[in-house]
Amino acid sequence: MANKPIGIEVSLAVAEAVKLCDTDVVAAYPITPQTHIVEHLSELVADGTLNAAYIPVESEHSAMSACIGSSAAGARTFTATSSQGLALMNEMIYIAPTLRTPIVLLVANRALSAPINIWNDHSDIMSVRDAGWIALFAENGQEALDLTIMSFRIGEHPEVRLPVSLNIDGFTLSHFIEPILIPEKAQVDAFLPPNQAEIKLDISKPLSIGLLGTPENFTEIKKATDDLLVNSKKHIVSVFGEFEKSFGRKYNLVETYRHEDAEIIILTMGSISETAMTAVDEMREAGQKVGLVRLRLWRPFPTEELRAALAKAKAVAVIDRHLVMGAPYGPVCLEIKSILYDSPQPPKVFNFILGLGGRDVRRADFKTTVERVKSAKDSQSSFEILGVLE
Amino acid sequence: MSDKVEAQLRVKDMPFGFHAKPGSTMDFKTGDWRSARPILDREKCVYCGFCYIYCPDGVYQDQGPEEKYYKADLDYCKGCGVCANECPKKCIKMELEEV
Repeated sequence: MANKPIGIEVSLAVAEAVKLCDTDVVAAYPITPQTHIVEHLSELVADGTLNAAYIPVESEHSAMSACIGSSAAGARTFTATSSQGLALMNEMIYIAPTLRTPIVLLVANRALSAPINIWNDHSDIMSVRDAGWIALFAENGQEALDLTIMSFRIGEHPEVRLPVSLNIDGFTLSHFIEPILIPEKAQVDAFLPPNQAEIKLDISKPLSIGLLGTPENFTEIKKATDDLLVNSKKHIVSVFGEFEKSFGRKYNLVETYRHEDAEIIILTMGSISETAMTAVDEMREAGQKVGLVRLRLWRPFPTEELRAALAKAKAVAVIDRHLVMGAPYGPVCLEIKSILYDSPQPPKVFNFILGLGGRDVRRADFKTTVERVKSAKDSQSSFEILGVLE
Repeated sequence: MSDKVEAQLRVKDMPFGFHAKPGSTMDFKTGDWRSARPILDREKCVYCGFCYIYCPDGVYQDQGPEEKYYKADLDYCKGCGVCANECPKKCIKMELEEV
């Protein structure tokens, strides 16, 4: 079984990974396109194949509240949501990191209203960008399963103890049937130690959490949380390394594809990266020096890794799947521009907004971005919502 | 920012998850937030317990059937005046604190 991929819907593979991790508590509210994950988990619990408490809460606000409570009590905790569901969780999302409650939150990325839209972009996760969660983006089904398992280990790492959001593109990844290797239970058990919370809610040793932070110590608490998130990067790298040792699949914070001698680099996040790779191949065949850099880790932001990956490029086309209203660029581009500002010879950075609210992202779109970069005049704006009908 | 702000906790000393021993709220004396204190006229007081029931901070303590009144713990009374407002005998007066 372990050596042969099976055809399985990515949502179900994620649920199977949650089962393989012996998750203790699942508290979730169904919302498209996350539904298949939590439906399958509720079946696994009802059938007795997953020995977990499934809490069918009345809203996502309650889902995250229940998750914070169960994680604070030392339980391995999972939830999943999308779009408006994540928006409704928002108040609790900001609380989990400072309380040091590791939770794995699968976000099947979907656009935020209005207008109401059930399809894929990254506006939901960007709304909680600053909350203090580790944020990972999967590109395909195997990654979604692997990163689910790794997310528990990362979040529960004794020096991390932070919540983790794992992002998979709604529908375009969550609902696809892909060939996926489902690992053996024993392999997962060997890789993922039991969740050991040293300090937790325990009636025999009572403690108080969720306290008032006065002006005299609020800054220090926030700084401590930010330090933890920034320092989690080295532990994420080590967990990726441990995973490779156990399962043979290599993961990096930033992935590169044909970028070594690339003059123009396309920078992506999420499942469109596979389409982008095909577009890169086709442009390479046509003699163009184009490469791809993909962000797997969004928070903490892998600044050094990205600077290294972009060091030799003449130009970068940053693809964003979210429009930051009133800002000069999309969320990924804002970061890229700021980390390159101090570089001695930074590449020119262009920003293209693509695939909002489920609009298809095709190979031709990536080729168009490269054409735009090549023909750009100095006076031209470096920001474009590609294909928008003015 | 001025150097005068002295943090009670340093970043490096932050307790896990900013937790505390339970019951530590008792150590947080909020009485100094008060701008007025309740003064009870025990002559008029009928020991009805309205002050005890209405106090949003639970600072009133029953002094028992011998004493027959409720006493505000000024370590925690924030001086909101709800007790004075609700008292059916109007025997609680809010007296401004001297600064």
